[in-house]
Amino acid sequence: MASIDVNGKSVEVDEEGYLVDLNEWSEDAAKILSAQDELELTDSHWEVINFLREYYEEYQIAPAVRVLTKAIGKKLGPEKGNSKYLYELFPYGPAKQACRFAGLPKPTGCV
Amino acid sequence: MEEDGGVTKKFLYVNRRAPYGSIYALESLEVVLIGAAFEQDVSLAFIDDGVYQLKKSQSTDGIGMKNFSPTYNALGDYDINKIYVDKDSLEQRGLTLDDLMNLTWEDENDNYAEKPSISLVNSEELAVLMEQQDIILSF
Repeated sequence: MASIDVNGKSVEVDEEGYLVDLNEWSEDAAKILSAQDELELTDSHWEVINFLREYYEEYQIAPAVRVLTKAIGKKLGPEKGNSKYLYELFPYGPAKQACRFAGLPKPTGCV
Repeated sequence: MEEDGGVTKKFLYVNRRAPYGSIYALESLEVVLIGAAFEQDVSLAFIDDGVYQLKKSQSTDGIGMKNFSPTYNALGDYDINKIYVDKDSLEQRGLTLDDLMNLTWEDENDNYAEKPSISLVNSEELAVLMEQQDIILSF
């Protein structure tokens, strides 16, 4: 099993780079995961990552991209709840990539 | 990804087993979410012990399984609002609609009003429902 190094602590990830144990997530882990994609996290990224963590906490699933887009729009406004905005932040797919940074499993239904 | 057109079919997922003790309920829920993510026309039916899957206040402390019941509350987000519960199965188990989770969806065409997703049906209505489907998956 692969792992990443978070401040000297080894944290397990699966073959696609998603954390195996959601409880091992930390902001530093998110920074390391995003650095793998050469992405620097801004406040706008954190807004989505934190939203995903809250969504998981409430529903126990990582939402599909369509659901994420709609829910972000409802919570943060229509200028953020659209594919263009979210794909600019997370070019590898807002649900897939942001979930990985948030320490969640890959969204159900994502291929 | 899922916006690529394609054929929409009517899927009915029939759930007949208790939520824990086997993997059926959780697997069904996963497949339901996948179907919905691909924008299929999804309906769910809960019959026999399957009605327990929608029971309020589930706790899995002590059985070592994840309590996945909060996920049913996300069905509305996936535009799944056709959830049919067999009235007889519910009654035979001493349950009423009030014992089930209050699952809702937001109607975009009605100023995002929250509407209930669960309907109680009898066996004749279930038969009609099954007749209308393209695909029925039984769990």
